[in-house]
Amino acid sequence: MLCLPQRQARTECLSMSITQVEFKLNGGTRRLEVFPMARLLDVLREQLQLTGTKEGCGEGECGACTVIVDGQIVNSCLVPVAQLNGSEITTIEGVARDDQLHAVQQSFIEHGGAQCGICTPGMVLAAVDLLQRNPRPTEDEIRNGLAGNLCRCTGYMKIFESVVRAYQK
Amino acid sequence: MRGFIPNYQLTTPASLADALALLQNEPGVWKPFAGGTDLMVLLEAGKLPHRNYVNIWGLNELRGIEAADTHITLGALTTYTEIQANPILCSEFPMLCQAASETGGLAIQNRGTLGGNIINASPAADSPPALLAYDAEIELLSTNGSRRLPYQGFHTGYKQMHIAPDELLARIRLPRNTTGLTHYYRKVGTRKAQAISKVCFAAIGRMDAGHIAETGMAVGSVAPVVVRCVQTENVLKSRRPDAETIRLACASLLQEISPIDDIRSTANYRLQVAKNLLADFLSVLNHS
Repeated sequence: MLCLPQRQARTECLSMSITQVEFKLNGGTRRLEVFPMARLLDVLREQLQLTGTKEGCGEGECGACTVIVDGQIVNSCLVPVAQLNGSEITTIEGVARDDQLHAVQQSFIEHGGAQCGICTPGMVLAAVDLLQRNPRPTEDEIRNGLAGNLCRCTGYMKIFESVVRAYQK
Repeated sequence: MRGFIPNYQLTTPASLADALALLQNEPGVWKPFAGGTDLMVLLEAGKLPHRNYVNIWGLNELRGIEAADTHITLGALTTYTEIQANPILCSEFPMLCQAASETGGLAIQNRGTLGGNIINASPAADSPPALLAYDAEIELLSTNGSRRLPYQGFHTGYKQMHIAPDELLARIRLPRNTTGLTHYYRKVGTRKAQAISKVCFAAIGRMDAGHIAETGMAVGSVAPVVVRCVQTENVLKSRRPDAETIRLACASLLQEISPIDDIRSTANYRLQVAKNLLADFLSVLNHS
């Protein structure tokens, strides 16, 4: 029991709300005990210690916390973990294959798509998702695909270039 | 400061019937939780007073887009991404597809739902102006059965609506009578992606021999609810879309909306933009 009698008034009964979830994360199965309303972002960073996913605004505006759930990008700050039972999740840690960086990651390095790095994991995942849906996007399509991801360093042009060079490889 | 996460309950029912039973057995205790793109923002800000939610995200009965001869039915959990991917919606109800494409960014569009946009009841929501202009109907479900009502009039005041605590929004119906119409949708915000509307304007119209034969018009972010501008539609009926008509229609529109100053814009700016959009719509209609 997580709820102590003297604390019950404030927290009601913590054990009542704890639930189990199971999902696939970067290829492996994870079973966790969680508070159902815990943000996926916090479960990843704190419970699973996958700190590649970043928190920016915490309200779905900046895209820093982007991950891929069931083949679609989502803001992990806006997804309660109870909604992920049975889902398949890819974070930035699951994009490279062993020692082989994804073409998008390699391109970001080579063409200056990453500077301070806070937006980079989300930006890379949004770009990976875009190229999966649309292997040869136009500049407009790249701008649209990354419109939910903010970057305060690059001015975006080097990010767009990195995406173009990634699919040209 | 973020809400205290252990205080919140999000229970996942096994079926739609279980969800409805929960809403019925403990009226007012449970509220539906769909894609979470609005509620999680409030949670993070520590402004989510209600504690107990039913996770309806996995209920397939509330998904899907079905086309019948006379209408299209969208499950309440239809996402903005699914709306944009539907060819019938994009050809017959382009304002809805445009609204879906201009709501948030892709990550939001993958989770945000049409039903959530309605029940969250923000006056700045982007899809309701299009739904109102298209004369949408909504279907509410409870353990006692279903009832269908016009979407127009559903919202009665800021975040107030005609839904009982045991009811769930199940479907949205759009009548398939848009052939030959001009569709005009404009969202005005600070930037193209992500931004919440300062003014959102949706209108349909049809000309007949130089006169306005038919219009439907709704505006968001200019009142406590998204406003269907019936009075202005009546002013326009059977008139030529000339300068005098624009003057009369703008005067009427100003009586129907009541914008305020807030963090996103000012009342004066919203009034001016609403008038400009109405004039632009009539110009587009005139040249259709």
